[in-house]
Amino acid sequence: MAQRIWYNVLQMAVVLVFSPLMAGVLNRLKEIVQSKRGPSIFQPYRDLWKYFHKDEIVSRESSWIFRFTPYLVFVTPLFVTLLIPVLTDYPLFFAFMGDMLGGGFVLALGGFFATLAAVDTGNPYGPVGASRTRMVGFLAEPVFMIVFFTVSFVAGSTIPFIVQQRWVTPPSNFFEPSHILLLLAFLMLILAEGGRIPVDNPSGHFELAMIDESKSLEYSGRGMALMKWGGQMKLFVLSCIYLNVLVTPWGLAHDQALGSVLLAIPFTLLKVLAFVLVLVVIESSMAKLRLFRISEFLGAAFITSVAAMIMRLFAF
Amino acid sequence: MHDPAAVPWLESLNALTGGLFLLTAFGLVALRQVYGCLRLYVIQSILLASSAFLLAALDHSWHLVAVGVLDASTKAIAVPWVFRRALHDEVQTRREITQVLNVPTALLLALALAIVAYLLAAPLVAAGGGRGVNVNLPVGLAGLFVGGLTAALRREAVPLFLGLLAMENSSFFAGIAVAPDLPLLAEVAIAFDVLILVLVVNVLTRAVHEHIGTTKVGALRTLRERETR
Repeated sequence: MAQRIWYNVLQMAVVLVFSPLMAGVLNRLKEIVQSKRGPSIFQPYRDLWKYFHKDEIVSRESSWIFRFTPYLVFVTPLFVTLLIPVLTDYPLFFAFMGDMLGGGFVLALGGFFATLAAVDTGNPYGPVGASRTRMVGFLAEPVFMIVFFTVSFVAGSTIPFIVQQRWVTPPSNFFEPSHILLLLAFLMLILAEGGRIPVDNPSGHFELAMIDESKSLEYSGRGMALMKWGGQMKLFVLSCIYLNVLVTPWGLAHDQALGSVLLAIPFTLLKVLAFVLVLVVIESSMAKLRLFRISEFLGAAFITSVAAMIMRLFAF
Repeated sequence: MHDPAAVPWLESLNALTGGLFLLTAFGLVALRQVYGCLRLYVIQSILLASSAFLLAALDHSWHLVAVGVLDASTKAIAVPWVFRRALHDEVQTRREITQVLNVPTALLLALALAIVAYLLAAPLVAAGGGRGVNVNLPVGLAGLFVGGLTAALRREAVPLFLGLLAMENSSFFAGIAVAPDLPLLAEVAIAFDVLILVLVVNVLTRAVHEHIGTTKVGALRTLRERETR
């Protein structure tokens, strides 16, 4: 029992420590693809360190929401980490506290408060970014619903640890059409939710084109650090769900020994590195979509997920 | 007879080609670039050929292997080759900015058609047939409907025609499962027909293009042979 709690805490530590590294590797690889050298892969850590040591300036006009939001954005991905398989393939202590839908709600709570905080400051670009985020969000919502519905329908459960077992055992399960189509739909969803390139340009700092970045424009010092770190953790957690539950459910710790759980860390990091490579290819080969074409992108994701559903639902 | 361990593998791979086939049919409705549509059509034809090969492996039928080879060689190689050679560069690179319906609406319509196809296919599948009917028949039917939608919604000549070709692909996709032992002669004739059709349409679109400088069939009022003024 106590061991399972400790492993849960270890998962949180892994997410906390390695999520800036993922962002750093992603940035560096993108720069290399563009024939530049790029910053060191440890640059996000230095940035966080710098932000934590700077003074924080808070607008006198803003309310408690603005001050409260960074903590929430920082904490929600850590909460979701408790529910998902990061290192082990058996359920840990908190695994039955919430299912995938619950995890989605917890992540959405952070997003909701980030939106409110952007509106709260009175910066003209904040509400623009906030309304765009909501637009992407509500277009992504039906895809989320269908994906979760189909996943739980196929696997017979909504707890990620149990879903994950489904694709491991007979390999023919892995090649089910609904599974492969779900992978595609979920990838598109991660691109939209994480503010990656066909939907939003994470490295662009042009206010009129910003979607995700504009929500943290007014933050400085510790608030900025928490917002950044929270965003990096959100991407890490989403890719962990994607990789460990759906794409590559292998290589997780199978028994309770501490050694095998520790051994699962490099495996997980390796998978995340492979996923980062895929992201780099997508981000370097595609252009950002115009704002009103985003609905077409997410429409395609919706079609893919519904195709997965009908392939499964009407399996004769 | 059959190796019992290998069969679920092959069947689920066949189902996978079915799923991807359906996806390419949706893509043909939504994609704007003409080259992209052509590439999707090639992918769809390759998926059709691989489904034929998988069913051939399931049934141990050399007949379906021949169908697959025929299909891959005509549709994945000859048809795009003819398209690329015969058509004006400007036709190829043009993007279709205006469609009859906007893309999300068209996709939702396609989705509704696919669901209808699945509902219609249920009693037909229950009536029995060869192996893989449970996947190939509904997917083929859905592809047929969605291809028809593509042909109805497109305003550019080439994507419109690709929609028609996708309909043909889809009926083949259903056909290889429903009637795996169709005489080979019929299949050769169909493959040849497709090629001839592509040539004829190429000549037509060239003529239209020379006349009015565009291949937007949506802009045509009449189909008379007189000079347009």
